[in-house]
Amino acid sequence: MAGFFTSRLFFVSLALVIIAATLPLYVSGYVLGLLTVAFYFGVFAMAWDLLFGFAGEVNFGPTFLIGVGAYTAGILNAQFGWSVYLCIVLGALASVVAGLVLALPALRVRGPYFGLTTLVAVLMLQNFIVVFADLTGGEIGLTIPDVITIDAGANYWIALGFMTISAAILYGLSQSPVGLVLQASGQDPVQAGALGFNIVKHKLAAFIVSAFFSGLSGALLVFYFGTASVGTVVDVAVGVNVIVSAVLGGRRTVLGAALGAIFLIVAGEFLRPTGELATFIVSAVALLVVLFFPGGFLGAALSREARS
Amino acid sequence: MRAFQILIDGFAISALYALGATGFTLIFGVSGVLNLSHGAIMVAAAVAAWAAASILGVGTYAGALIGVGVALLTAFLTYFAVVKPIQDSRRIPNEEKEIFVLTGTLLWGIMIQELIAYFFTNNAKTVLPIVEGVVEILGVRTPKNEIFTAIVCCLVIGLLWLLVNRTRTGKAVLAASMNPRGVTLLGLELTNIYIVVWAIYGILAGIAGVLLGMFLGVSSYSVGPLTASAFSIVVLGGLGSVSGSLIAAFVVGYLETLTAYLVSPAYRTIPALLLLVFVMYIRPQGLLGRR
Repeated sequence: MAGFFTSRLFFVSLALVIIAATLPLYVSGYVLGLLTVAFYFGVFAMAWDLLFGFAGEVNFGPTFLIGVGAYTAGILNAQFGWSVYLCIVLGALASVVAGLVLALPALRVRGPYFGLTTLVAVLMLQNFIVVFADLTGGEIGLTIPDVITIDAGANYWIALGFMTISAAILYGLSQSPVGLVLQASGQDPVQAGALGFNIVKHKLAAFIVSAFFSGLSGALLVFYFGTASVGTVVDVAVGVNVIVSAVLGGRRTVLGAALGAIFLIVAGEFLRPTGELATFIVSAVALLVVLFFPGGFLGAALSREARS
Repeated sequence: MRAFQILIDGFAISALYALGATGFTLIFGVSGVLNLSHGAIMVAAAVAAWAAASILGVGTYAGALIGVGVALLTAFLTYFAVVKPIQDSRRIPNEEKEIFVLTGTLLWGIMIQELIAYFFTNNAKTVLPIVEGVVEILGVRTPKNEIFTAIVCCLVIGLLWLLVNRTRTGKAVLAASMNPRGVTLLGLELTNIYIVVWAIYGILAGIAGVLLGMFLGVSSYSVGPLTASAFSIVVLGGLGSVSGSLIAAFVVGYLETLTAYLVSPAYRTIPALLLLVFVMYIRPQGLLGRR
């Protein structure tokens, strides 16, 4: 851990965060708005990477955790008028509960079976939202009366600060002894158990941490958008974007996942003039990265550094 | 009256699901690949059949053949451009190949979907049915096309059974699903077996896609739900077990039809999802799956 503070990765990340923090002084509100969303997505991707890259759980439903957090916060605010900050905290807690629900099958089934369970969880949540349209706003979405702030710069700083703190915690966790046990139990649960580590406890912890950050980020995103809808926080397509971000940036790197998410959102915006082909191009690039640089952006950079 | 209607409609839907899921589970059984571009390949077949018949005007039979041909091509492309490079890659550790194949085929499916949307728009397309008209069965007005769909599905599944159990190639495929190393020790090239399986898969997915296009119509939005339903049927039946998928397809097909008729079409997919979760809890390997 101490080595990290003198490593090149640390200085590069520090420089990037400092540069990013000064952006509101000289770029337009449009760019800030784009990056704000990208930063929240970065947290989604990092939380997913903790579960997949370290605990080895193929979670096809990151949006189950995100959606529960986002909708809990949104409903409490829109229907009961509770204060924004209370709603955000409760949203994150609801997401932790959702994480525990998701962890139950994960302790019984593995690989593709668990992947499907998570996918089903998303579809159920989506159905639930549509069926209880009175409470949730249904397919149209839920309009949230309160926002944290309407200032683009302040929103940007909140998102950046939140992502930086989350990155520090998640990265620190992944490099700590707990993270190593988690990685071991993801790769070979039998052997890790034989070494005397409590795999169930570690996996549960991973689910709770991942769910907490997903839900918190989802709740913050809802109060930034001023609306919660299936298309923005629950749909399977959103989950696919989160997974693609993490794989693009480099799985098992945590920080790479955030880079991947920012790249994905910004690239999607740059490709907007190409119209309907934008998604095609992003998917094609992602597929090429998966095929030729399976380590992702950061994975490729780190392995080059390690070699030299 | 209503019971007969559910019986007939449910049978056609179930047979279609069974056909779609059979190829999917066959590939998993033989090569351990879960192909998440499955829905995209089915939709590609249906849209190709639609375009050939409606835009080029080649007629319904030729259109259907072109649809199946396109599915076969896309299946080979999926195998050679996405799946095989990942399986052969030395940079991806073996235990992670599964998730890479999943991600790769998922992205590939999105690419196909977007291309279809770009060239043929997102509008729903209904392929001209090969047989038209309506007949009365047990007092239920049934489109002949629905009966045709059910018959073709059963016929194709029957042919598949004969192919796998009664021919030399089929027996090699079966052997590869039981023990790949044993097959290579007997001097059979595993890659050739994979190519055969992907060919069978392409044809099955193509027929299922074209029939679906005639029966319900497809659009590029159907890609996700089609993949998800094939995936859940296959998991419900037990990954890699063809007979399990057939049973599961009928369970899911009838459950959906019952809900749509008796409760509300809006809740159509919910009971099947609940059943899936329930089965995964008490029997994680699926109905007929092996661990």
